[in-house]
Amino acid sequence: MGVSVSYTDKQKGLTRRQFLTYALGGTGAFMAVAAVGPLIPFAVDPLTRGTTETFSTVGTESEFNTSYPLAKDFTLKQKDGWIQVDNTYTAFIIKQQDGTYLAMSNICTHLGCAVSQQLGSDGKPTAFSNGIWFQCPCHGSQFSLTGVQTPVSPAQRPLDIFLTKVDSTGQVLVGSKKHQRTV
Amino acid sequence: MFKKTYDWIDERLNVTPLWRDVADHDVPAHVNPANQMSAFIYCFGGLTFLIVVTQILSGMFLAMYYVPDLYNAYTSVQYITKEVLLGNVVRGMHFWGASLVIIMMFLHMLRVFFTGSYKAPRDLNWVVGVLIFMVVMVFGFTGYLLPWDQKAYWATAVGTNIANTVPIIGPYVRTLLVGGDTLGAVTLTRFFAIHVFFLPAALLVLLGLHFLMIRKQGIAGPL
Repeated sequence: MGVSVSYTDKQKGLTRRQFLTYALGGTGAFMAVAAVGPLIPFAVDPLTRGTTETFSTVGTESEFNTSYPLAKDFTLKQKDGWIQVDNTYTAFIIKQQDGTYLAMSNICTHLGCAVSQQLGSDGKPTAFSNGIWFQCPCHGSQFSLTGVQTPVSPAQRPLDIFLTKVDSTGQVLVGSKKHQRTV
Repeated sequence: MFKKTYDWIDERLNVTPLWRDVADHDVPAHVNPANQMSAFIYCFGGLTFLIVVTQILSGMFLAMYYVPDLYNAYTSVQYITKEVLLGNVVRGMHFWGASLVIIMMFLHMLRVFFTGSYKAPRDLNWVVGVLIFMVVMVFGFTGYLLPWDQKAYWATAVGTNIANTVPIIGPYVRTLLVGGDTLGAVTLTRFFAIHVFFLPAALLVLLGLHFLMIRKQGIAGPL
């Protein structure tokens, strides 16, 4: 049953075998894409969700000043997949020379205790001594007015900070994520 | 490019005979729809397998977001349906595919029955087919509970109560299915484990046997 095919003269157009191969491959590819197509966007869905940084109001601009940091509690909604949680944070907020606000987390960067402030007789925060404004009750880390640790503190980096911004009505807002500083 | 890569691998491992053994086989004239359109009924088995493959795929992806837990099961399913990109499509594939597998499997069984293909020596393969049928039904029963909504909960309550009515062993079967006395946390986790670990393993083994046997024995002759 030998059919002799001469490879010297090129056949015009598609051969029957080629056509069937392409038709089969094309149909197979179409079916594979139909089945797998929706699965890829489904799996890469997290890429379509931007940063979850949200902001919360902590007070009006007139409340804050450049001479002492004011402790403020604020609550932020965190969305974690189908779970929504309200997280409460405390930040020490001080106005800086350039007019922006610095919001420092009250969590010690050593082992996570809550650092404390000292209130003067007038009820306003005052320094402990020598420019020490925050002290950790656990291992004695001390931080300056801008949250920088003293050289002898067990804490190895300054207090973490929250992003801040001021809206058009003069409200100060604080962000939902802590950011490390490396001073 | 593809051809070159293939040749490179084939040169080293000689893989061509491996897949040729699987792919090259005679398709008898009486099962070829190109000869006689009514022969499409011989495609039902392959179509069932195609849908089973999409079920496995969509199930794997659904497991990325689903949590088999009392507090999270329903909300994670709602998250898939309402928030995840094309989540309703992927869940829909799995939902409609589940019914489709059973329909196609039943049509395949009818074809085998009415063409007499179950007769010896293929009777053993019929037995394996019936086992596959049972595995698929349990797939449906366990999967139905997983969305953890009212329909799922009460359907499973009815199902396990039916198991309870079996003479003598009924109450024990129900306790094993429910994982205790109350239809709840333990029921959900065991149905999940059965649905995504035990049954797929059983199904793949049985399908392997099913295909091995049909390849070894060949397709039954014409009527």
